[in-house]
This record gives sequence, C-alpha cells and structure tokens, in this order.
Amino acid sequence: MQNRPDPDELLKHVESEETGRGKLKIFLGYVAGVGKTYAMLEAAHQRKEQGLDVVVGYIETHKRAETEELVTGLEVLPRKQIEYHNVTLPEMDVDAVLKRRPKLVLVDEFAHTNAPGSRHPKRFQDVAEILDAGIDVYTTLNIQHLESLNDVVAQVTGIIVRETIPDRVIDEASEIEVIDLPPDELLTRLQEGKVYIPEQASRAIDKFFRKGNLTALREMSLRRAAERVDDQMRSYMQTRAISGPWGASERLLVCISPSPLAEKLIRTTRRLADELNAEWIAVYVEVASKPENNPANRERIGRTLQLAEELGAKSITLSERSIQEAVLDYARKNNITKVVIGKPLKPRWQEIVTGSVVDQLIYASGDIDVYVISARTELNKPIIPSDWQPHQPIGRYLLSLGLVALSTLLGILVRGDLEPANLVMLYLASVVISAIFLGRGPSLLAAVAGVLAFDFFLVPPYLTLAVSDTQYIVTFGMLFIVSLVISSLTAQGREQAEAAIRRESQTNALYNLGRDLTSATDLNNVADIVISHIGQAFGREVVIFLPENGRIHPFASSPNYQPDENELAVAAWTFDHDQPAGRGTDTLPAASIRCVPLRTSNGMVGVLGVHPKESGSLLTPEQRQTLDAFTNQAALAVERASLAEQAHQTELLQATEKLQSALLNSISHDLRTPLVSITGALTSLDEQSESLDDENRRSLIVTAREEADRLNRLVGNLLSMTRIESGAIKIHSEPDDIQDAIGTALEQLGKRLGRHGIQVNIPVDFPLVPMDFTLMVQVIVNVLENAVKYSPENSLIEISAQLMDKKARLQIFDRGVGIPAEDLPRIFDKFYRVQRPENVSGTGLGLSISKGIVDVHHGIIYASARTGGGTVITIELPLDEEYSQ
Amino acid sequence: MSEAGQRVLVVDDEAPIRRYLRAALNAQGFTIFESANGQEALNAVIANRPDIIILDLGLPDIDGIEVTRQLREWSQTPIIVLSVRESEQDKIAALDAGADDYLTKPFGTGELMARMRVVMRRQTSKPDEPILQVDELKMDLSRRVVTIRDEEISLTPTEYDILRLLMQNAGKVITHHHLLRQVWGTAYESEMHILRVNISNLRRKIEPDPSRPHYLLTEPGVGYRLKVL
Repeated sequence: MQNRPDPDELLKHVESEETGRGKLKIFLGYVAGVGKTYAMLEAAHQRKEQGLDVVVGYIETHKRAETEELVTGLEVLPRKQIEYHNVTLPEMDVDAVLKRRPKLVLVDEFAHTNAPGSRHPKRFQDVAEILDAGIDVYTTLNIQHLESLNDVVAQVTGIIVRETIPDRVIDEASEIEVIDLPPDELLTRLQEGKVYIPEQASRAIDKFFRKGNLTALREMSLRRAAERVDDQMRSYMQTRAISGPWGASERLLVCISPSPLAEKLIRTTRRLADELNAEWIAVYVEVASKPENNPANRERIGRTLQLAEELGAKSITLSERSIQEAVLDYARKNNITKVVIGKPLKPRWQEIVTGSVVDQLIYASGDIDVYVISARTELNKPIIPSDWQPHQPIGRYLLSLGLVALSTLLGILVRGDLEPANLVMLYLASVVISAIFLGRGPSLLAAVAGVLAFDFFLVPPYLTLAVSDTQYIVTFGMLFIVSLVISSLTAQGREQAEAAIRRESQTNALYNLGRDLTSATDLNNVADIVISHIGQAFGREVVIFLPENGRIHPFASSPNYQPDENELAVAAWTFDHDQPAGRGTDTLPAASIRCVPLRTSNGMVGVLGVHPKESGSLLTPEQRQTLDAFTNQAALAVERASLAEQAHQTELLQATEKLQSALLNSISHDLRTPLVSITGALTSLDEQSESLDDENRRSLIVTAREEADRLNRLVGNLLSMTRIESGAIKIHSEPDDIQDAIGTALEQLGKRLGRHGIQVNIPVDFPLVPMDFTLMVQVIVNVLENAVKYSPENSLIEISAQLMDKKARLQIFDRGVGIPAEDLPRIFDKFYRVQRPENVSGTGLGLSISKGIVDVHHGIIYASARTGGGTVITIELPLDEEYSQ
Repeated sequence: MSEAGQRVLVVDDEAPIRRYLRAALNAQGFTIFESANGQEALNAVIANRPDIIILDLGLPDIDGIEVTRQLREWSQTPIIVLSVRESEQDKIAALDAGADDYLTKPFGTGELMARMRVVMRRQTSKPDEPILQVDELKMDLSRRVVTIRDEEISLTPTEYDILRLLMQNAGKVITHHHLLRQVWGTAYESEMHILRVNISNLRRKIEPDPSRPHYLLTEPGVGYRLKVL
C-alpha cells in the first residue's frame, strides 16, 4: 500500500466536491470530559484568525473556567427560551443563526434532544437545516450516542443511552476529528473535578467511569473514525477506477416482524453491512391471507422500517402469500447475497404445527446465506398475534352456542326420521354460519359444542356421552376435523375478503378522486375536489397551500377550517425544504397539522395539509401510504390546473397585446390628423402672413381651433376608454335629474350640434334616476355626437325619456343614414365605424365608451333601426338604487 | 371696466402655458407675474400684490389646493384655478378651500377673460345692491319679487333662496354643498336629491326651455352657476 493517498488530501477532495450545502465537522469523543468542546473552540479561534465569520450557536461550558475563557472573543448568539410545563429551557435559536448567516457556527452536543415544542425534536435536525442554508457547522458528539452502537454501549456499560442520532448523519459529515485522551488521564481529570457530571447522573458515574468501560468506548470511537477514513479511501479509489482489495459487493436483506426485537435485528444488520461494506435492505412481508390489523403492530413496523432507513437501509413492504417465498423471490431478483432473520420466538410445538418460517427459508434459500440472529429474552414484551382478537364480544360466542342449540333442537325433532349421519350436517351448517358471520373463535366453539351436542342428544343412547355403536367415534372425529377445516377456511376467506374490501375501498377512493379530477376545469375546482375527497377518506380537515411570489399561502381549505399562524409556518417549512413536516414527522411534530409537499416531476407545486378533527389521532402507516397516493394525484392535478391557468393568462395577454397594437395604429392615425391641420394652419399664419387675405387667415384659424377641439375630445375619449378598460372607473351614483343631464350634454356640444334641430320630450314628473351625472352626460354627448355625425343638416334629433317597470329608458332618435341590420350589434365595439359617409371623422370610440359607462351602471344600451329611416339608440338604467351601487 | 394695469399672477409649472397666458393677457393690458411652483407663488403674492391669481392645481411641490388654503389664511385676492377634466373632486376641494372659480384645461382665452371679469367685478361691487339682474331675469331683494321679461313669477321660499344665492354670485360656480348649507342648513348637506328637485322646478319657472337652460347652468359633478352674458 505504498501509493495509499494522504487522508487529508482525500478529505479535501471530498470537501471540494460538495456544493451549496455547508460542511459539517464533528469533534468525536468517547466520553464526556475528553475535551471536545475545548478542541472545537480552539479550532474556531483558529478559523476566526484566518478571517472567517464565526459565531457560537450553542455552547454548554458547564461553568468550566478554561472553556468559558475560550468562548470570550467569539460572537455568541442569544438562545431561544422555550416554555414547557412552566420551565424555561434554553435551546439554540435556529432562526437567529439562519438570519445572522455566518460562515461557520458552533453547535455543542450534536445528539441533544430539543425541548418539546421546538421546531425539530433533535438538535442534529436543526444542524441539518443550518447546513442546508450553506452555513458550515462545528459540533461535538460522544460515540455512545450513535444509533448503531446504542445496544452495544448498553451491553458494555449497562447504561441505556436515550439520546441517539442516526449513523447517516455521521456519514454525511465532511470531517471527523477524534478527540482522544487515555482513560487514565481522564480518570485523573475526573478526580480533579475537571469533568462536568450532571447531578442526576452522579450515581451512575462510578458505574460508568470504570477503566474497562472507558477503554471499550475509546476503542469504539477510534475504530469508527478509522472505518470512516477507510470508506473515503475506498470511494476515492472507486471514483478513480483504481483497482483495490474489495470484492464483489454484498447485498443484505433483513426480514422484520412486528416484534420489538426487530430493532435489534436492524442494528445488527447495520453493523454487519458496515463490516461487509454492503448495501442493505429491510423488508416487511405482509401475508396476504393474514393482513396485520393491530394498529400498535402496524405502528411498530413503520417505526422499525424508519429506523432502518435512518441507519442507511432501503426499506420495502411486500405483500405475498408466504413469507419465505416473498423474501427469496425478492432476494433472487435483487442479487441479495445474505438474508438476516430473527430466531423464532414461538414454542417448538407451535412451530411443528404451523411450520417455521426460518426452517422453510433455510430449506429453500439455495445459494443465499441465511443469518439467524438471536434476541435477548428479557426484552421480550408480549406480542399480540394479529389474528387473535381477545376482545371479541362475548355475544358472538353465545350466538354460536345458540346456533348449536338450534341445530340440536331441529335434530331432536327429526331424529326418528333421519339417519344420525344426516343430522351431522345440521352441526356443520352451524359451524359454517358461525365462521362466516361470527369469526374464527365462535366457529371453533361451535365445532366443539356441536360434536358434544351431537353425541349427547342425537346419538343413542340419548342424554349421555356414551355411545352404543363404536362407528360413531369415526363420525365424531370426522365431524370435528371437517368442522375445524371449514371454520378455518371460512374465517380465512372472511378475513381476506375484509382485507380486500379495505384495499378496494382505498382503490375506489383513489379512482373516484382521479375520475373527479379529470372533470375539474380550473384550480379552484381541483382544490375543492382534492379537499373533499381527502377529507372524506381520512376523516380530516384539509387545506391546500399554493405559492405566490415565492411565499406559501392557503389557497383553499375544508369548510369551517382555517389554518392558523403556526400551521402556516409548518406549511412554509415544508415548502422551503420539500419535506413533510408537522404532526407525525420529525419536523415540528408538536403542530396540529401534517403538511406534505405536492410534488411532481417538474418540482413543487404546493403543500397539502391534513388536520385531524379531534386531537390525538395519528395516521397509520397504511393511511400514510394511501395519503401519499392521494397527494401524488393531487399534485399532478394542481400542476395541470396551474399550467392551464398560465396558458389562459398568456392567451389573454396575447389578445390584449393584439388589441393594443390595433389601438396604437388607430390612435397614431387619429392623433396625427388634427395635428397636421393645426401645424399646417399655424405655419401658414407664421410664415406667409403677408400673402394671406383676411378670409384665408380666418379660415386657417378656424381650422386650427376646430382641430384642436377635436384633438382634445379624442384625448378625453382615450383616457375614458383606458379608465373603463382597466376597471379604474369609479361611479358615484346618486339620484339625479335626467333632464339636467340632457341639458348639460347639449350645452357641452354647443356648436357641434350645427344646424340640427333638437327636441326633448320628458314627462314633467319624471323621477330622479340613480346615475353618475358626469359620466352619463358623457354618454349622452357621445350618442348625440354620433347622431349629428350621421344625419343630414337641418334634420331633427329627438330625445325622449320614459318610465318603465323599475327602469328609466332614454331614447335618441335620428333621421340619419341608418345602420345595416347586421352591424347593429357591433356598433358598440371598439374602433367600429359605419363606413358610409366619406367625410365623417372620429375614432369609433364614443359608443364603446358609452357602453362601458352604461355597463358599470348595470344598465343596457342598444341600437335599432328607426321606422321611416334613421337609428334609435336606447339606454335603460335601473331605477332601484341597489342595482346601481 | 378697465383692466389696464391690473396685476395678474400666473402659477403653472408648464412654461408654454405661462407663455401663452402672458401673451394673451398682455394684449388685454394686464401686468403679468409668473411662478413655476407653489412656494414661488406664495412668495410672489407677498412680493407683487397681484389683483388676481391664476393657479394650476397640479404643481410639482405644493398641491394647488393647499396653496389656495394657505393664501386664504391671510389674503382675499381672487383665485381662478386651472384643472384637467375628470377631477371634479379637486375642483370642489379647491372651491371649498377658497378658490373663486375654476377653468378646465384646455380653455379658450375668451372663457378665461369672462371668468376673470366676473371674479374681479365681484371684488369691487357693492354687496347690498337691492336689485339683481341677469339678462331678462330680475330679482328685487327688498320686495322679494322675481320677474322674467317683466312678468312676475311665484317661487317657493326655498327656490327664492337658491336663486338669490346664485344671482348674488352670478357667473360664479356654487358647489352643491355650499348651496345645501346656505339654503337648508348644515344638517342637509348630503341631501342632494332635494337640491336637484328644487333646481328642476326652478328651471321650469325661469327657463324658456328647461331642457336647454339659458340662465341656470349645471357644472357636472361640482354645482351650479348662473350664467352672465
């Protein structure tokens, strides 16, 4: 091994390849008092001298002078005080760290368990969040807190360490520095009082700080660090394709059961896998005919699989007819070389009767090694077999006895007419009925009771268990066996059916969700469907959070439920970290809501929150799986709806752009025309004033003035149009005099009316009409202007008002050129102009502005042909005040 | 009346508008002072003692309404404000703050001269003339008699009060609120419909064609004005 690379080089190589995430350095010791915190602080000072931004996130100096001295000179972030049962517990303030954003933060006691109510249950999870934010972390850890060594430590020292951290966290560290101190020196330090011992632990100390213990722990920590260097070395050589001493990679499969011993099995396998440098997988097989119904057991299986994942395994659940078939089938397909299984806990006789999984596995394993791991029996807690339900209501057993009694009664009535062999069928019937409707236990009782009753009542001599004919012994035997078989088969069928029904109902729920989602048209629709389906399937309140401008906000939720501030914070965390959070997870477990990311292949689209209606109820692992399936569907639907909405918005935008360019074309033409006349007239007056006679001069001035007026009106119209289009128009509706509005409009038109005759017919007692006076004047001006424009001089324009049912109707009649019938509905469109008279100018905005104004009054405006030639414009305004508000 | 030598302060941040006003008003014999913003205007009023102020509402520093309010604390110089279309609220605010009249941009020179004449005449007129006359509409305050083309017309006391207020301020716009306050009292300030019904009735009595008023003009969104010829 001459070419063995320098471990430091390797570490640098590893560091340099990491990107974005902060780097974690662990100061690893084998016991309290070796000087981890001291070493960490020293290292921090060095980094600070190098110019790094270093702050203290959390340090426990235990009032030791030399340690405290080292803290001075470093910036210490204030701690967060968490109230719990009237006690304030100081914790690291993660948010303060994230806000302060140093380059490096010191966090003591990596394995610390946070006070309840903190964001994460464990400090290493806080650290993970800090690392994710790109901040480097120095932390300290004692070897006994390592999950996989937990039981070994307990065995060696007799002390069970409660605060543990998963091994993968250590694996993720960029650097581990072992802080070593020979046990003898440590013991001297201890005697000198230099080691901090918590008071409550002082009794354990004598037991713990024995030289033997210390040596064992020291070995563990050194070995662990060495293993790690080895790992890095290996992976380096692998990435460089340097051939090495490693063999074909091993793959381990560990089979777990609901037993509490499964955790030990997992830990053992992890150590085995470490030693073999093998990949490992934890599997739980659900036997299809005997699904696990006990919620406690299901919960334990979920926890065990989770532990396996924390220790670096992949975990799967299989559903098959038999355990050994499932395991071996999976093993062969996935190149598993070793299967790990626990020693059976059942008594030997039971194994002979029901068969032993271990035996069967070994028998059928072929070239796969099978490791059978023992368990210490004192850890053995009573296991509740899944299919035995001790709290079966007693009524069911009584009912099955009743069935037997009924069969007996019938038998007594007909026992003279029928052969006893036929009477047996009555009992079989009662056994079958019990098995179907009452379950396994009652049907077994019916079988036993049936045999006894048959003998006692129906086999001569009656009313005694003695039999006259020995061949009845065979009948009894057969009756008993057949009853057992039938009851077992029927009960099994029943249980399978129940399991199938449960699965089917889930599948159905999922199918229904999918079906309803396909018919959903928009995001609101999708949200409502998701919320109602998930709410129904899980009996929970549901909320959907969607991002807007990078922040999450509740989009829709179950009726009568609104997420509060805390729940919103959970959702925000989920969104920021793309991980489930809240109830039943590792992050903010004290929250009342469980948030899961709505994720598709394109990324996060939102967050789904489920909130139990009553506190205390957790989702079973099975429900969680189903929820995941629901979530996937929901995410896809939300994404689809969001995309559709975006597409729609784009379409709208395009339409608007098209309209805008049309508007610009029209406007630039219409604005320029009067400017041409004005500029022309003024330049003539300026430059050629001598050659102009009075009449021409006068004509130029009038032209310029009229065109300026026109320009002013055009600008006014454009402004009005913009205000109407943008929805910025506000109406101040008040009852007002319609005659006044007409008068004001006529006054404003002034000379523009030309030589047209105007006739106004308004009933004397006409009521006030709710309107925005100024805007309505504009409507009348625009309509009148149009009438003047399109009708010959000296013709009469009539204006009349009538009272209708809850409406005021204003009509303007002209004797103009009229509008072709097919154009009548279009004249209120923007830029529409009837193309007939050549000399008519204007933008064609007037009528569309009028329509816009009448619309905001909740009124209607329309054009119709006038009998005898010309056009009628009718405006109807609601009289009832509430319609015009 | 003589306009020669009257001093006009023009306040507008747009130089072309000031230039146009200078030319137009100079031709009429006025002496012109100019200010480009509100602060300058306040100083100019002290320095130049104008006889009338033409004040744009959209000034870059102090709002024209605020300038009016500050001026009115110590000066009674007539103020005509200039504003753009669709800002009725500003017009009302300026009138409430003490402006004498307003003009909507763009405006003709003739219109401006007419308004100036009205506010300056009022400044010099005796307040207790017993007989008011506009065209063929006459009001004898001492006898409480109103005649049109020398024919006496009968008005309700409210209609009489409205007409008197308008005639005493002939040519000047009177806001809805001012009319309501003066005629009915402050409690009725928001009872706009009472005013409208009364104006409508008044028009039927004094106007030859109520649909095309000759005397009693509506200033949309602001109030009413009795037309002077």
